[in-house]
Amino acid sequence: MAAYIIRRVLASLLILLAATFLMFALVSLSGDPLAEFVNNPDQDQKALLIQARTEALNLDKPFLVQYFLWLGGALGCIVPGMGCDLGVNLSNQPVTSLLSDAFPTTLQLVLAATVLSIVLGVAIGIISAIRQYSAFDYTITFAAFLFFSLPIFWVAVLLKEFGAIKINNWLADPAVTIPVALVMAGFSALFFSAIIGGTRKRRTLVALAAGAGGIAVFALLVTSGWFVNPGMGPGLVTLGALAGAVGATLLFTNLENRRVLFIALATAVVGVVIAYSATPLLEDPSWFTLFGLGVVATLVGVGIAALFGDIDRAAAIRASVVTSVIVGLLVFMDKTISSFAAYSASVNGRPIATVGSKTPNFEGTFWETTLDTMTHLALPTIAIMLISFAGYSRYSRASMLEVMNADYVRTARAKGLTERTVVLRHAFRNALIPIATLAALDFGAVIGGAIITETVFGWKGMGVLFTSAVGNFDTYQIMGVFIVTAIAVLIFNLIADISYAVLDPRIRLS
Amino acid sequence: MSLSNLRLEPEIKADAPEREFTIKARTQGQMVRARFFRHRGAMIGFGAIMFVVIIAYTSIGFGPIPGWWGLDFSSTGELVNEGRPTLDLIPFVDGDGLAIGAHPFGQDTIGRDYFALTMRGTQISLMVAFVIGILSTFLGTVAGAISGYYGGTSEAVIMRFTDLLLTIPVLIVAAVVGQGFGDSGPFFLAVVLSLLIWTYLARLVRGEFLSLREKEFVEAARAMGASSTRIIFRHMLPNCIGTIIVSATLTIAAAILIEAALSYLGFGVQSPDTSLGLLISTYQTAFSTRPWLFWWPGLFIITIALSVNFIGDGLRDAFDPRQTRVRA
Repeated sequence: MAAYIIRRVLASLLILLAATFLMFALVSLSGDPLAEFVNNPDQDQKALLIQARTEALNLDKPFLVQYFLWLGGALGCIVPGMGCDLGVNLSNQPVTSLLSDAFPTTLQLVLAATVLSIVLGVAIGIISAIRQYSAFDYTITFAAFLFFSLPIFWVAVLLKEFGAIKINNWLADPAVTIPVALVMAGFSALFFSAIIGGTRKRRTLVALAAGAGGIAVFALLVTSGWFVNPGMGPGLVTLGALAGAVGATLLFTNLENRRVLFIALATAVVGVVIAYSATPLLEDPSWFTLFGLGVVATLVGVGIAALFGDIDRAAAIRASVVTSVIVGLLVFMDKTISSFAAYSASVNGRPIATVGSKTPNFEGTFWETTLDTMTHLALPTIAIMLISFAGYSRYSRASMLEVMNADYVRTARAKGLTERTVVLRHAFRNALIPIATLAALDFGAVIGGAIITETVFGWKGMGVLFTSAVGNFDTYQIMGVFIVTAIAVLIFNLIADISYAVLDPRIRLS
Repeated sequence: MSLSNLRLEPEIKADAPEREFTIKARTQGQMVRARFFRHRGAMIGFGAIMFVVIIAYTSIGFGPIPGWWGLDFSSTGELVNEGRPTLDLIPFVDGDGLAIGAHPFGQDTIGRDYFALTMRGTQISLMVAFVIGILSTFLGTVAGAISGYYGGTSEAVIMRFTDLLLTIPVLIVAAVVGQGFGDSGPFFLAVVLSLLIWTYLARLVRGEFLSLREKEFVEAARAMGASSTRIIFRHMLPNCIGTIIVSATLTIAAAILIEAALSYLGFGVQSPDTSLGLLISTYQTAFSTRPWLFWWPGLFIITIALSVNFIGDGLRDAFDPRQTRVRA
C-alpha cells in the first residue's frame, strides 16, 4: 500500500509539472501583458510603465527561463526554508497573498454545498432504487434530469430574484397570502405522499391530509409570529432529540430491542440536559467550547451504552453516537435561529443576502455571526446543490440497483433477514463504494467549477481571481489559481483511488 | 444462418392443430431501434430537439439560405410597447385570441427582434455542441481503440496524456484559450473544446477493448490472418458502439452547458456572434425590468440539454436493456 501511494505521488508530481508547463505556454501565447500600454500617448510614461512591468514579470527573458524562474518560486512553497514566491500580478500584488485570502472563501462555499448534496443525493438515490418504478422513482428521475440540464448561472439569477428579494420582502411583513399558502400545501402534500407510498387511494388521502396540515401549520406559524422571532425552545429540541434517538435505533437494530432504544433515549435526554445547563457558556462561545461540549456529550452517551449495553453493546454505542450528533445539531440550530430577530434588525430587515460571503463590518455574538455566514451561504449552496444532487442521486440509484440484484443480497433474503437489515447492513454499504470514489473525484473538480457561482454571487474567491486574471492576461495570477486547483484535483484523485482499495477488500493494489 | 420462415410441423398426431412458427430474424440495429422508439421520454426529447433545430435553422435562415421570419437579428428598430413580447398563448383571458404578433419574444433594449436574436444564438450554440460531440467522440474512440488494442507503450503514453488532461479543469483551460483566440469564431472554439474533453470516452473505449481483446472471435480473426485495422474496425468497434453513441449524446448535452457557461463568463463566443450563454449574460441585470430577455435563452438551453439527456438515456436503455424493464 505504501509503495503504491509513493508511486502515485511521484506520478502525480510529474503530471503536475507537465500540466504547469503546458498551462504556462498556453497563457503566454494567448495574450500580451504589455498590450494595455500600446496606446499610451505619453512616450516617457509609456516607456517607464513598460519597463516596470517587464521587470516585475520577467518579460525580457526567454520563455523557458521565465517558466523555470516561476517553478523555482513555486517549489519554494513545498520545500521549507525557501521563500514561497508565485510571482506578482499586474497590480504588483504578490499572488500568494491573494490566494491565501481567496482559497478559504472558495473552500467554505464548496464544502457546504458538496457535503449536503452528497448526503441528500445518496439518500434520495437509495430510496429511489429501493422503490424502483414507483411514482417517487419516476418523479425523482425526471427531476434529476431537469436539474442536470440547468445552466447554473441562469438558476443563480432566478434564485437571487425569487429566493432572496421576494422572500426578504415577505419576511418584512409575513402574512398568509393565497399563493404562499398554496405553495406550502403543495410541497407538503408531495413530500408526504412520496415518503408514505402505497396504493393510489392511500397516497391521495395522505396528500390531502398533508396539504391541509401544511396550510394549518403554516398559518399557525405566521400568526404566532414565528417568522419574526423564530426559535425552537427546549420543548421542541427535546422532542426532536427523542425522535432522533428513535431514528438512530431504527438505523442499527429494530424498535423491539428495548435495551438499545432506552440507551439512545437516555443519551438524547443527557445531551439536552448538558446543553441547557451550560446556557451561560453558550451565550457567546467559541468553536473550541462548542467542540468540547459536543465531545463531552458524546462520551457520556458512549459511556452509558458501554455500561448498560451488554450483548447489544456495538449497536448501542453506534446508536448513542448518532443520537449525540443529532442532539448537537438540534441545539446548534436552535441557538442560531433564535438570534434571527437580532440579526435581521442589524441588516435592515433583509436577512437573505445575495452578494458576498459575509456582511462587511459585522459585529455580533457567535450565533449572529454564524447566522450571517449561513444566510450568505444559503443561495450559492442551493444553486450548486441543485445540480450536484442530481448527479449523485442518479449514480447512487444505479449503484444501488446493481447491488440489489446481486447474489449475496438474494442469499441474505433467503436467510430470512428483515428487508431493513438486508438493505442497511448488506446492500447499502456495498453500494457506497463507488459513491465514495465518485465523491472524491467530484470534489476535486468542484473547486474549479465554483468559478461561475462566485461570479454570480459576488464572492471574492478563486473563481473571481481567475476571471479577472484571464480578462487582463495576467500570467502569474492565472498560474497561481491553476496550480492550487491542480494540486487539489490530484490529491483528491489519489484519495479516490486509495479509498476504493480500502473500502473494497476484493481490490488489491498492485 | 438464416432463421427466416422456419416452419415446424408436429408430426405426432393427425388431429393435433397445425401450428406455424415463424421467426423473423432481426439485426442488432433493428432491435435497438425498436427499443428506442418504445422509450417515451426519449421520443419526446427527440421530438423537442427536432423542433428546436428546425425552427432555429429555418426561421431566420442560415448562411446564404433565407428564412421565413421577416425580421433580422441585427437590425435595430423602435421599441413597440417597451419591447414586451407579443406572444399570446392564453386565448380568452385578456380578450384576444391566440396571437404570435410582430415580436413574439419581445425586443431587446435597442429594438432588435428578440426571437431572431434567440434563434441566432440557438443556431450557434447547437453548432458548437454538435461539433464538440462529434469531434470529441471521434478522437476519444481512436485514442481508446489504439491504447486498448495495442497496449504497451502507446497505451501508457495515451493514458498518461489523458491523466494530464483530466487534471486540468476544462473551464480554466477553455477560458484561457477562448480569451486568447476567441475572435477566430465559434467553430474554432468548438474544435478547441473538443480537444479537451475526449478523455472520458477514451477511457471507456479502452476499458471495453481490454476485455474484448481476450475474446475468442478476436483470436480467431487473428488466426485467420486479419490485419489489426480490420479487427479493430470490423470486429471490436461494433461491439462498443452502444457505449460510444451514448457517450456522444451525453457529451453533446454537457457541451451545450459548457459553451453556455464559457460565453456567460465572456470567454466563449464573443460579439458580434451571439450564443445563448452570451445573451443571458448580457441581459441578466435586466431581469427585474425586462424578464423576457432572460427567460427565453434560458428556456432554450434547458430544452436542448434536457432533450439530449433524455435521448441519451433512451439510447442507453435501448443498447443495454438489462438496466431497466424494456416496457415502462
